[in-house]
Amino acid sequence: MRSVPLRVNGQTFQVDVDDPDMPLLYALRDNLNLKGPRFGCGLAQCGACTVHVDGQSARSCVLPVSAVGTSEVVTLEGLGTPERPHPLQQAFIDEQAVQCGYCINGMIMESGALLRQKPHPSVDEIKQALANNLCRCGTHLRIVRAVQRAAHA
Amino acid sequence: MLSIDPTKLDRRALLRGAGALVVTFAIAPGRAGAQGRTRQQTEALETAPRKSVSADAVQGFLAIDAAGQVTVYAGKVDLGTGVETALMQIVADELDVPLGRLTMIQGDTARTPDQGATNSSLAIEKGGAQLRHAAATLRAELLRRAAARLHAASGDLRIVDGLVHAAGAEGVDIGTLAAEAPIVLETDPAAPLKPPSEYKLVGTSVPRIDIPGKVFGTFTYMQDFRLPGMLHGRVVRPPALGATLLSVDEASVRSLPGNVKVVRIANFLGVAADTEWSAIKAAQTLAATWSDVSNLPDEAHLFDYVRATPVSQEAVTSNAGDVAHALAESRRRLSATYDFAIHTHGSIGPSCAVVEVKDGQVMCWTASQATHNLRRQLAACLDVSAEQVRCIYLAGAGCYGRNGHEDAAADAALMSRALGRPVRVQWMRQDEHGWDPKGAPVLIDLEGAVDDGGKLSAWRGTFFYPKQTAINVTLLGSELAGLPSDAGMDPGGVLNDTAIPYRCANVRTVVRRLATTPLRPSWIRSPGRMQNTFANEAFLDELATLAGKDPLDLRLESLDHDHRGAAVLERVTTLSGWRTRPRPDPRAEVAVGLGLAYVHYELSRTYVAGVAQVEVARSTGKVRVRRVFVAHDCGQIINPDGTRNQIEGNVVQTMSRVMKERVTFDRKHVTSLDWSTYPILTFPEAPDVVIDLIDRPDMAPLGVGEPSSAIVPAALANAIHDAVGIRMRSAPFTPEKVSKALQRA
Repeated sequence: MRSVPLRVNGQTFQVDVDDPDMPLLYALRDNLNLKGPRFGCGLAQCGACTVHVDGQSARSCVLPVSAVGTSEVVTLEGLGTPERPHPLQQAFIDEQAVQCGYCINGMIMESGALLRQKPHPSVDEIKQALANNLCRCGTHLRIVRAVQRAAHA
Repeated sequence: MLSIDPTKLDRRALLRGAGALVVTFAIAPGRAGAQGRTRQQTEALETAPRKSVSADAVQGFLAIDAAGQVTVYAGKVDLGTGVETALMQIVADELDVPLGRLTMIQGDTARTPDQGATNSSLAIEKGGAQLRHAAATLRAELLRRAAARLHAASGDLRIVDGLVHAAGAEGVDIGTLAAEAPIVLETDPAAPLKPPSEYKLVGTSVPRIDIPGKVFGTFTYMQDFRLPGMLHGRVVRPPALGATLLSVDEASVRSLPGNVKVVRIANFLGVAADTEWSAIKAAQTLAATWSDVSNLPDEAHLFDYVRATPVSQEAVTSNAGDVAHALAESRRRLSATYDFAIHTHGSIGPSCAVVEVKDGQVMCWTASQATHNLRRQLAACLDVSAEQVRCIYLAGAGCYGRNGHEDAAADAALMSRALGRPVRVQWMRQDEHGWDPKGAPVLIDLEGAVDDGGKLSAWRGTFFYPKQTAINVTLLGSELAGLPSDAGMDPGGVLNDTAIPYRCANVRTVVRRLATTPLRPSWIRSPGRMQNTFANEAFLDELATLAGKDPLDLRLESLDHDHRGAAVLERVTTLSGWRTRPRPDPRAEVAVGLGLAYVHYELSRTYVAGVAQVEVARSTGKVRVRRVFVAHDCGQIINPDGTRNQIEGNVVQTMSRVMKERVTFDRKHVTSLDWSTYPILTFPEAPDVVIDLIDRPDMAPLGVGEPSSAIVPAALANAIHDAVGIRMRSAPFTPEKVSKALQRA
């Protein structure tokens, strides 16, 4: 067992790790009790686990915790709060762009990375950016509308 | 804040809340025996109030505290469809209290009535009706109490925002009235319901109360739930269906961190550890030897296998005239066979449960759509009485039917009992894709004829579906462990919509219920109704072509004086420009077509008509769905935006199923074990969905969660035909199949 420092949502935590290959997702969920990033596939195929690492979207289900180093990790909780929502979070509420919501962490985090790079994407660019994020409920149309709304907020 | 967060409740308070559980335990000591009771349980027995779970009593569904806060106890649960908000709208309106005074408890077997499983689009239609009548009965009782207290006639009193008063007079809060005496009331089916014109919340797009928590990461999903002292469990499934576990080498995981424990019960194998990652590593590492068996049929000939499967029973779902004679006599007749692939539910979050088996009591936190049924199943599995089991619902990822949530509960229960600790089991992706019960393969033969006037004159349908032997699906863990689970085979209500919604003098539809099916079946969104409507509505188009008629006209003239059915057809064809659609260009590489389909769900419920607009690339067989138009009549609409959200979801999800999805398998096991081998619709492929809602406030609200999915397969098949003249009778409509059909054409 060794203790690894981890920068998450602006704070530094010491996380006890048995295995340096353990994916970041388990440190976030089990050690830090965060609920934003979610286990979907463990294969980087669905995007439910998406977080930002130094501002870039990353699949935390396959990223070894030891590879994070001193990078800044931001999760859905760190993006905004009910008191100070991120424009994407507000837009997802305004568009009611959720059904079961299990994938929504990934949709917001992936779109957040897109908007940082490209503040006013076209509909096609939004769809391309989310092409590797899966939603099973069929909320795609609302999600695209929410990202468009946030981009114009 | 309207929803409770069960993880924030004191755990002992939760257990204390299980008054009924302990009381009944004493009334019916069962196998554990009364002497098995602990001191705390005896105390609880003497002091715990018993919460009614009667579906016939107001207090089963509703409670008002002294502060006037209303708790709604719903046996129906929100599976991500928004019914929590919609049911609250119904109750708040009927009681005349603001939404902010309501809290809802869902699917807790110790506290909520058994309203049946949350499936078949019945949460509002049936569950909401029960709640509405309970609220109306309670409202009448509150008015009676207020009349006595205020010395007024109850007819002169009104409830406004939870305050009962006569015009211009001082009022009394419903909390004060509720505190006068316990509410013990049978629900009165004749209690006056408010006229629709007086509803303030019903019929409006109240924002869903669960959405903020889901976008801020504060919502507690089943997968987030933790107990102190809990172990993380993972399952280790056989490499082949029906394989026997020959040996397990526990030493293979001994060196792993996390105090790994192995649980083996017959062919059930699981591991548990202090941390989740240790459990995952242990499940990957554990060395086990299984018998080498190959029990599955050849997938390349799946539908030959289905056709040759012994028939256990036959159900005749419609029968009139003399079909055999009419077909034989007809000069214009057709026959066609349709098939529909095996599907997985494909929940984005794998199934999960937390169970604690302790002192003969079983506490289960589950995302099951049927906690009351699961309670009986776990009781059978663990050989305890149902009263010793309490299941509490927590929302998981969308399940769209009976996925693996119940199986995960059995896995966790077996491991918790073996290890004496609470155990959380979450399946891995390959467990979910490999072992969730599947939508069975469906085969449908149709024959039909039109008369000289082009009218429908004969129709015969033969449908092949697995038989039903129980209402619960076998729990996988129980089966592997050689234990019972109060269950059998159930592919869902697949007889529905085998019969057609059209006038035809000679008609016979028969369902052959098959003795077996390759993979454990259950229901996935719109089971049977989707496949049957696919075949029936695609075949109707084939007959329209034979009759030389526009498919819309054949439908309209064949509807049996059903003005609501005609209305959705007229509305969707207006919306999509059906009558003025351009004829496809036969020389164009990319051809555009429109296809129509209609369903009167179960011939008695929601009306839906849809038009799909597709582009077909002749050289590649690739189909792009541009747009799907839907006209929808579900009677009284409770929440218009929630209804639209469900319709959009139905269209997009079903398009995914029909264009892309197929469970693959070899002779041993499922081989489509992840999202690369079982691809689903991606964002660039999602079509536009254009919706026209018909609201009928004076009529009963009908189901929304499934019906609009049923029209999608045939609308797509008919649109492909319109574009390039081929009949797609085998779903999914992959580019390979479309190309083959184009080459044959």
